[in-house]
Amino acid sequence: MTLGSEVVRIGDPSGFVADTITFSCVDGPGNRFVVFLQGCNFDCVACHNPQTIPGHAAVEGHHPRHVSVDDLLDDIRRAAPFLSGVTVSGGEATQQWRFVRALFEAIRSDPALAQLTCFVDSNGACATDVWDRLAPVMDGAMIDLKCLDPAIHLEMTGHPNDQVLASIGHLAGLGRLHEVRLLLLAGVNDGEALVLRTAEWLAAVDPHVRIQVIGFRAHGARPHDPPLVEPTRADLVAAADLLRSVAPFDVSLV
Amino acid sequence: MAEFETRARELVHDDQLGYDQKLRRLAMLATDALPYPDISEACREALDKRVICDLYEGHAPYTPRYVLPDYERAVRQGLDFLELEPPRDLDDALAFLQIMYAHVPSVTTYPVYLGDLDAVLEPFVTDDLDDDELDRKIRRFWIGIDRMVPDAFAHLDLGPGDSRITRSILRVERSLRQAVPNITLKVDPAVTPDDLIEDAVRTVFETGKPHFVAHPMMVADHGEGYAAVSCYNSLKIGGGAHTLVRLNLKEVALRHTGDVESFLATTLADYVELTAELAEARIRSLVEEQRFFDTHWLAAEGLIDLDRFSAMFGIFGLAECVNLLMAYEGHEPGARYGHDPYADAVAQRVTERLAELVAARPMPYCEGGGGRCHLHSQGGIDLDDAVTAGTRIPVGDEPPMLEHITTCAPHHRLFAAGISDIFHVDETAVRNPSAMVDIIRGAFAGGMRDFTFNLDGNEFVRITGYLVRKSDLATIAEHEAVRHSSDHLAAGSEEAYHLTQRAVKRIGCHERDPR
Repeated sequence: MTLGSEVVRIGDPSGFVADTITFSCVDGPGNRFVVFLQGCNFDCVACHNPQTIPGHAAVEGHHPRHVSVDDLLDDIRRAAPFLSGVTVSGGEATQQWRFVRALFEAIRSDPALAQLTCFVDSNGACATDVWDRLAPVMDGAMIDLKCLDPAIHLEMTGHPNDQVLASIGHLAGLGRLHEVRLLLLAGVNDGEALVLRTAEWLAAVDPHVRIQVIGFRAHGARPHDPPLVEPTRADLVAAADLLRSVAPFDVSLV
Repeated sequence: MAEFETRARELVHDDQLGYDQKLRRLAMLATDALPYPDISEACREALDKRVICDLYEGHAPYTPRYVLPDYERAVRQGLDFLELEPPRDLDDALAFLQIMYAHVPSVTTYPVYLGDLDAVLEPFVTDDLDDDELDRKIRRFWIGIDRMVPDAFAHLDLGPGDSRITRSILRVERSLRQAVPNITLKVDPAVTPDDLIEDAVRTVFETGKPHFVAHPMMVADHGEGYAAVSCYNSLKIGGGAHTLVRLNLKEVALRHTGDVESFLATTLADYVELTAELAEARIRSLVEEQRFFDTHWLAAEGLIDLDRFSAMFGIFGLAECVNLLMAYEGHEPGARYGHDPYADAVAQRVTERLAELVAARPMPYCEGGGGRCHLHSQGGIDLDDAVTAGTRIPVGDEPPMLEHITTCAPHHRLFAAGISDIFHVDETAVRNPSAMVDIIRGAFAGGMRDFTFNLDGNEFVRITGYLVRKSDLATIAEHEAVRHSSDHLAAGSEEAYHLTQRAVKRIGCHERDPR
């Protein structure tokens, strides 16, 4: 069976893992074990982990490695009593969706881990049938919407946004859209008209959707010419208010 | 006598001490002019060399260190000594408690236990009282406690069940942001709802309180009638602890030559006995010489009972002790407590041996502990230097949180009278309090008894279990008087440990200093 360009392998698949974090309070509901997969199909100017993108300079101490589901389960089991669940992030998680599915299936079928929720943190740039494959074993997905405007999106990520928008709509239909994340760069994608259009588009998907408004932070990102600008707290509050003026979204600020 | 005069004069002239603080230190000076209770030469030497320590409770103890009056019984039956009728409504009850607090004896002169306030006050919370009015009454009471009992060792308990009083107290705490009183939330995984723990976690983000305890483990050791008081000291309500003596395990290890086995068999056993001798001498002095229980109205009115008292056997410096033993056995310096399975196993053997030795040593007037001392992992005082509090991993050397918890947790069941490991979390946790709820539940499922966490960047700093405001420490540094007596202890700890300057803060317990 093939899907896209990947070939399904039988047995215990391994993932190409950039890193894991045992306790995280910023990757979904509650305390979570986070698996960061190596490799991304976007090349975002604002990326905080460019070492996970192929072709970018290595970072000292960064050693991506192939890890089997069983090895990951051992680490997750030790942390399980302290967790709400597991989140797979990246890089881009859906680039290795078979591994993600195998991991979530293993978690669900292990009596000591079955209480954990399984989330994916994604840029949304994948075929919608990837979500159909993941949905039976995935509790929710958090999708970054870099920009509703295709031209700006292309400029920010090097990739069009049609798959991202389709993913958001598709996940909402599957009941698996946990949250949409809007990363705002001052002067790039935070214009009032654009934020309003984004709100209207999201309201049509789900007027109650959780939205996290995230201000770009220069720390960790690559140098850029001209330099990328962090929005002020007031800018973020204004954007959140604008979103709320359109629909009863559950908006939070980071 | 010349020294006595000099010291007395220094105290009365000290610009940094307020009136009450001078009064208490002068009283201590007078008590210490009396002879010390009878102890052996060996015990005396260990005390002078600070291998064992009496925490400066004074030469002639005339009050138990920690007294936990049965406030529920007090409000039911009224107080003869203070001529107070049983309260009939919430206003009565709050006034009743405020009056009673002024008369509860303690080594700090301030009560270390203010009651399980949900249990004491909930009967007075009527349906016609709305939350706004309830909060206004609690708020007034809370300001009164902070100003009239200005000592962060004053401690009250809530839980494990939910109640309107509990929620009101947490709301008032968040709005007032006072250092006093200290608070414990009793958590029973089967009873305490997640949203109450989460409400408490949000309160920690604001004020550094409450502390959390594993209710089922406490009940197994003490029965239902227990409370956490002062800093992480768990004792019986209607009882308490006569004294807290403590053993510096680092100093014991420094006096040992040989391997771990001989340490456990002889050196440790010898110093446990010297510590127990000190506890026994102090208990006999309090009970037989000063006859506290024959003379105090709390005992006469049945609000405390000698049979519910015990004594606390404190230990500290486990980390240095283990690391010294590892060196004696020729292990690499990197093989140390918190970072090496063998070192962690040695640590476990030391605390298990301590528990065995303390459980084998009968102690008079300690029926509250089955005729034995309760083991306590002592958080340190402001004078401790280069030795780690209790069973903690040294500040700055802690492994990541999961490893940290799993290293500490196996010790917790052994320390019925409390054990403290303080965890520091960064500010991202504020946006996701349910993550801390997960960690607290996990910690208790994993065998922890006590759990405290602090938020980086908070105005409130846990020094050793008690809280101070950073702004008050700055005031002491500028040589001005501050309101809380505990702030002075904190300033000592801060200078000794630079507690507020650490990247990763795990702050110790406290206690009183001799100055």
